[in-house]
Amino acid sequence: MSFVLIRDLKVAFDGVQVLHGIDLEIAPGEAVGLVGESGCGKSVTWLAALGLLPGKAQVRGSVMIEGRELIGAPRAQVEAVRGARIAMIFQDPSSSLNPVHRVGRQICESLRLHRGLRGAAARSQAIALMDMVGIPSAATRIDLYPHEFSGGQCQRLLIAMALAGKPDLLVADEPTTALDATIQAQILDLLSNLRRQTGMAMVFISHDLGAVSAVCDRAAVMYAGRIVEQNDIGRLFDAPRHPYTRGLFDAIPDLDAGRARLHPVPGTVPDPRKLPRGCAFSARCAAASGLCQDHQPELRPQRQGGLLACFHPAQEPAARRQEMLA
Amino acid sequence: MPRFLLTKFARAMLTILLVMSFAFIVLRLSGDPAQVLLGPDAPQDAVDAFRARWGLNDPLWQQYLAYLRQLAAFDFGVSMRDHSPALQLVMDRVPATLALTVPALMLKICIGIPAGVYAALHRESVADRGVIMLSIFGFTIPSFVLGLVLVLVFAVKLDWLPAGGQDGWHYAILPIATMSIGGIGILARFSRSAMIEVLGQPYIRTAMAKGLPWRDVVWKHALPNAAVPIVTLVGFMVGALIAGAVVVESIFSWPGIGRLIVVSVANRDLAVVQCILLVIAASMVMANLLVDFAYGALDPRLRGAAPGR
Repeated sequence: MSFVLIRDLKVAFDGVQVLHGIDLEIAPGEAVGLVGESGCGKSVTWLAALGLLPGKAQVRGSVMIEGRELIGAPRAQVEAVRGARIAMIFQDPSSSLNPVHRVGRQICESLRLHRGLRGAAARSQAIALMDMVGIPSAATRIDLYPHEFSGGQCQRLLIAMALAGKPDLLVADEPTTALDATIQAQILDLLSNLRRQTGMAMVFISHDLGAVSAVCDRAAVMYAGRIVEQNDIGRLFDAPRHPYTRGLFDAIPDLDAGRARLHPVPGTVPDPRKLPRGCAFSARCAAASGLCQDHQPELRPQRQGGLLACFHPAQEPAARRQEMLA
Repeated sequence: MPRFLLTKFARAMLTILLVMSFAFIVLRLSGDPAQVLLGPDAPQDAVDAFRARWGLNDPLWQQYLAYLRQLAAFDFGVSMRDHSPALQLVMDRVPATLALTVPALMLKICIGIPAGVYAALHRESVADRGVIMLSIFGFTIPSFVLGLVLVLVFAVKLDWLPAGGQDGWHYAILPIATMSIGGIGILARFSRSAMIEVLGQPYIRTAMAKGLPWRDVVWKHALPNAAVPIVTLVGFMVGALIAGAVVVESIFSWPGIGRLIVVSVANRDLAVVQCILLVIAASMVMANLLVDFAYGALDPRLRGAAPGR
């Protein structure tokens, strides 16, 4: 049975629909990537699931966690899920920690909330967590303030805070976007290791396919508020079938190709207020036909495995891309 | 740290010196005390004697140096009207002014901040719109209009409260109300926007994602951050405690600093005006220092990072 089951999740801001019915399942212990351009609804999906969107957002559909509905549930019930069952870390680590409280206090707050630890017990556990996420000399730095840590260390602290509740699922919302490349790799390693150690499930939200492949078992590609393709990492990278997924792979610069031109996906993401009637990607798609412009392709299971929403999917396997990313 | 304190203190002194120098020059350019005090028909020898008595015939720079020497010796001069020490005259008026401004400040803080925070937490609700409307009403109505309207309603029409004077605590109600309403409006609006700004910060989302109850998110994470800008504004209000309110004291014939300054300026009673300005400048500067220290206490990022370290 899946741990989280999202069905037909729709979100609108001020009457503008930004999420058009997301279906997603997360099994216990599984790592799932959520990939797409900025504004495609990757983060909104999980912010909506945890009730973290501002009040003006209208959320419809269903998010079940072990069979219990979260959407429309009383506030206390949602608060009991946050941090304890599903923890979330965000993309701007330096401003995601409260600047006026010591980091130790912020970690201890989670420990008190989820494990009932107080005083010295909470403090030693907080130091243990800081050690675990790789903060050097945690015992002395526990009393420092967030601004006294680097961005990468702030992200480690946020991960420590997330682990404090021993969550079953960690949603990492672009955790490495604000960090430089070496730190990015360290944080990805840390997340993979922690998942191995704790057995928690993970949702990794990113626009970085390389990062997703390093961390996840499975990935869903999102475009303009819909999931357009979903598959195991291996199959998705070997044979991306949605033209948008292929476009994302083509846009990755090839290290061996010398000074070849990049292949961007032409055009831009459509304005959510003016989405085309049919497939949202049709305007940017080389394979689009009249059918695509008038009808919305549904996300259907494929014979070869995975899910796909496209009338004219690519057939040819693209094994070289696996090579390219390696 | 001591060096940091010393620089702060030196800057404060410099500020006061600048204010005093400016006041000194402007006062001497703006009219002849002899003419004003003795009247236009005074005989010339009386005017000359007066000018000689107060050193008004000396060149301006000599008067200025003499004034600085006095200041350095904590001699604030005597009133030209009755020769009583200027500082004494001013200090006698301080309690009456504080009797109005301190309760008014309390009201501003106790009503303005909670109203603003409440509005921010219930954004776009009826209560929020109500707070915005009332606060705009509060700080756009000039105190001379508000004061007169309050007198008209509560003193003249309803006859519940006295229209002016100082003869018991209930005489203070209308002046305090007049003074506090504008400040409540300003503080409510300011607290609201500070709070809305903070509630949109990523660390608030983190606190919520942690599973903290909303009450704790507000009290432990949002308010301590919103306090920084609010304290700035309250600091200005604290600095203005002594300055009182010229208009309100005049409307309600309240014998405070505000009345004294009006009378002394009208009479060109130089020493008294200078002394009042000195006291006001000193209290403003003190309040600013307090705000600086409050910043450090509220926000660790500002600790020791203040300019002049």
